[in-house]
Amino acid sequence: MARNRVTIKDHTAEANLFARRTVIAMLVIFTMIAMVLSNLYYLQVTRFEDYQTRSNGNRIKVLPVAPNRGLIYDRNGTLLAENRPVFNLEVIPEKVDNLEKTLGLLSVLLDIEEDEVTDFYREIKRNRRFKPVSLRKRLTPEEVALFSANQHKFPGVSVEARLTRHYPYGKTLTHVLGYVSKINKKDLQKLSEAGLEANYAATHDIGKLGVEKYHEDILHGQVGYQEVEVNNQGRIIRTLNFSPPVPGQDIVLNIDLKLQQEAERILDGDKGTIVMMDTNDGGVLAMFSSPSYDPNLFVHGISSKNYSGLLKSNGRPLINRATQGQYPPASTIKPHLALVGLEEKTVTPETRIFDNGKYRLKNVEHVWRDWKRWGHGWVDLTSAIEQSCDIYFYDLAYRLGIDKISDNMFEFGFGDYTGIDLHEESDANMPSRGWKRARFNQPWYIGDTIPVGIGQSYWTVTPIQLTQSITTLVNHGQRYIPQILRGKYIDKELVFEGSKERRPMDIQNVKNWDTVLDAMYGVVNRKIGTARRAFVDTPYVSAGKTGTAQLVAIAQDAKYDADSLAENLRDNAMYVGFAPYEKPEIAVTVVLENAGGGSSQAAPLARTMMDKYFEQREFSPKPDVIEREISQDVARHSASHNH
Amino acid sequence: MNMMLRTKLDPNKRTFLNRIHCDGPLLVGLLVLMAVGLITIYSAGGQDWQLIDRQLVRLGLALGVMLVVAQIPPLAYQKLSIYFYLLGIAMLIAVIIFGHVGKGAQRWLDLGVVRFQPSEIMKLAVPMMVAWYISQFNLPPKLRHILFGFILVGVPTLLIAQQPDLGTSLLIASSGVFALFLAGMSWRFIGGIALAVSVFSPIMWNFLMKEYQKQRVLTFLNPESDPLGSGYHIIQSQIAIGSGGAEGKGWLQGTQSQLEFLPERHTDFIFAVFSEEFGFWGVVGLLAIYTFIVIRGMIIANRAQDAFSKLLAGSITLTFFVYVFVNMGMVSGILPVVGVPLPLVSYGGTSMVTLLAGFGILMAIATQKRLLSR
Repeated sequence: MARNRVTIKDHTAEANLFARRTVIAMLVIFTMIAMVLSNLYYLQVTRFEDYQTRSNGNRIKVLPVAPNRGLIYDRNGTLLAENRPVFNLEVIPEKVDNLEKTLGLLSVLLDIEEDEVTDFYREIKRNRRFKPVSLRKRLTPEEVALFSANQHKFPGVSVEARLTRHYPYGKTLTHVLGYVSKINKKDLQKLSEAGLEANYAATHDIGKLGVEKYHEDILHGQVGYQEVEVNNQGRIIRTLNFSPPVPGQDIVLNIDLKLQQEAERILDGDKGTIVMMDTNDGGVLAMFSSPSYDPNLFVHGISSKNYSGLLKSNGRPLINRATQGQYPPASTIKPHLALVGLEEKTVTPETRIFDNGKYRLKNVEHVWRDWKRWGHGWVDLTSAIEQSCDIYFYDLAYRLGIDKISDNMFEFGFGDYTGIDLHEESDANMPSRGWKRARFNQPWYIGDTIPVGIGQSYWTVTPIQLTQSITTLVNHGQRYIPQILRGKYIDKELVFEGSKERRPMDIQNVKNWDTVLDAMYGVVNRKIGTARRAFVDTPYVSAGKTGTAQLVAIAQDAKYDADSLAENLRDNAMYVGFAPYEKPEIAVTVVLENAGGGSSQAAPLARTMMDKYFEQREFSPKPDVIEREISQDVARHSASHNH
Repeated sequence: MNMMLRTKLDPNKRTFLNRIHCDGPLLVGLLVLMAVGLITIYSAGGQDWQLIDRQLVRLGLALGVMLVVAQIPPLAYQKLSIYFYLLGIAMLIAVIIFGHVGKGAQRWLDLGVVRFQPSEIMKLAVPMMVAWYISQFNLPPKLRHILFGFILVGVPTLLIAQQPDLGTSLLIASSGVFALFLAGMSWRFIGGIALAVSVFSPIMWNFLMKEYQKQRVLTFLNPESDPLGSGYHIIQSQIAIGSGGAEGKGWLQGTQSQLEFLPERHTDFIFAVFSEEFGFWGVVGLLAIYTFIVIRGMIIANRAQDAFSKLLAGSITLTFFVYVFVNMGMVSGILPVVGVPLPLVSYGGTSMVTLLAGFGILMAIATQKRLLSR
């Protein structure tokens, strides 16, 4: 083989062959280079913008930044809802050398429970190692101090603050302010339906109740954005752009904290509610529903044990009695009915009837009785209101008929939402022919009309409706919508909301209104008035009306005996009033559940509230009592009895 | 450049480079590449000087090996080829029996002092063996010689492919085939090979390829099908290249690499970093350097005095280009991902030494003229 090779080899031919093959190889190489280059040209020049976008999409993340929630003040500038830093102990696993040892030392220092450690390890597994994980939430100031003093021993462990809502007055304002709590699935769905998802991208809590919920749009603010560059792990490398969030607007409520606290104090945990309203603009000065609860429990997530405790409590603290409580108005609406009687010309101020304690209709077996077994004797419209004569109003209701009553009472706002700035409101019920047909598929009987005259039967009202109706009475038909929000701060300047009104009521004769208001004056100031005792020696002049609502029908011949009835079936004590009589400023409603008589139980509380109100302002000295001329004889009959 | 390419290799003109058996133009080309590599590694490695230090040590070592190899006369290689080849085969078999497993593949042989991959030896041993065998006959070779040549190539290729190391086996196979091609393998036979490959491919797919290799090929065919899994590398690499645009984002400014979206940044995928930071024109420049080296290599091959030297030099040069093409192709998404570094630019050890040893042989061929007359 080898010999063969050496002799025959033709070097020139081989070199030429090799050169030809080289040229072919080089041609192939250039083709391949052209392929690579054309592909790169396609990537880098033709599709440059596409890939640039994707590259930026890779590295740029937009992080939402939550706005600070607006603060809430009372009308005097007292802070009612604030944002407080909550301190969490956070660990960045990546920065801790020996996690187990560190946790051990921390457990000794801060008494960390095993549960917390277990949760912590679970959380670590879910997160990237550079993401902080909280080991203990809501550190006490002592714990913060203790840790801070030892921080140098714990690299990678730090105390982080986050702003959360705090209600410094706790249960005093729960039903007014409501509370914020963690955004849940339902909230998210609502937000996305309203197209607000983006604005809440970084927000932790949302208003769940009360003003916090109703005025969420004012309080929340606008989300901000932080444009950051991240690496492949999602770690933030640097901030490229920052558009700060716009904090929510601070708001001022019509609520006067001192009046609110007074209402809380005098209700003393009993079931009931007190509402005080400004008669000149519908502003709600106080609205306390008792019993109440601490809204701060809900901010950090209430335990199921606490929650079911609230849910099952006999006092039903979760209900806002002022706006959701539906009570028979009882005698408190006698002034309204009297006005309707006058305006419809069914009665005149001089119309008199004789009350012997019983009311009968022709051809009807049933007997309707007065609360006073032996009756009030001769009464006219004014004295009927003053001493709360039932027979007079049975008769008035009978003569008016249900249609006129319900039509006019709708005008007063009964059976309808007042429009107060709370979502927790009931429209209660103003019965009518149509309502009964729809509700029970029954016709309206004459017998149904009679008890409507004393605010019983199917008639229910909410205390806020009642208060609003008194405001309407004293304003001669001008109807204000109750409002909790007084104004908001725009650029540090308080901008008032102003009053909101409904279409005013039609007036036939202004004198009719004055007649009724005078009767309410009599309730408080004249000898036979049912609230006279409660308002003895007030330095101001007020007017009002008592009410005692029966919750059970008393048998035809039986006598109401509080002691023999279960507590939750006992009468509700009620009072509505306003002051000063001459130039009204405030209207007050008091409802005390199962407390008994309105004059003895509710009226004194209304007085205390009014006292508190006038304590804080100057007013003209009390004039002498304006006695009536025509009804002196009538007055003598019942001067001794308060109701 | 033209001047460099045409430098006469005059044995009488004893320059310093000649005295140390270095080909000037080739050396310049290699050094420029290394410099580009260092600059890119500095950026891709997050400006880590340690990486640069280690790469410098490696480059120094490899250049040293190149110089040593360049001193040995080509005749010696010719004579040693068969022993070298047999040693390589023996070691490949040894790897199967005693070898270390790393990254799911059995490639390493531990000799107590050093661990190395016998497949690296084969990168040079195969072209040497084929060149030696085929240069014994009149060229163009006869069919049976070509067929035996293919056996010489096939045995180590299969041994390496089963480690499994698809990239290296591919490079080794091509180095042998290039020698046969340059020797004048008939076009009819080349057509036959093409046919055979198309038949062999499905067999290889079903019986020889490991699952991860199949996955790579599948991903290559449609990277977007699995953007977070195995397609991630290719997609991120294409984003890096594409977002570089014509002019590039600038040195140290490549967000894809600096923010670590790009995998294997300073090793196999360094070309993506380079493309992102220096753009299309940078790539054109880089390819120009590679092309310059290839052309220079082919000139050396053509000027070589004997068939063995021509075939060996040509094979080494063309294989070098295959490295470049396969790497750039895989990084830019026109070839499947096989673990082939970008020669002299990628960070990494073993292959660098082998590569420069190959260039050492080229330099030996270029500078050492046989004093014997033919």
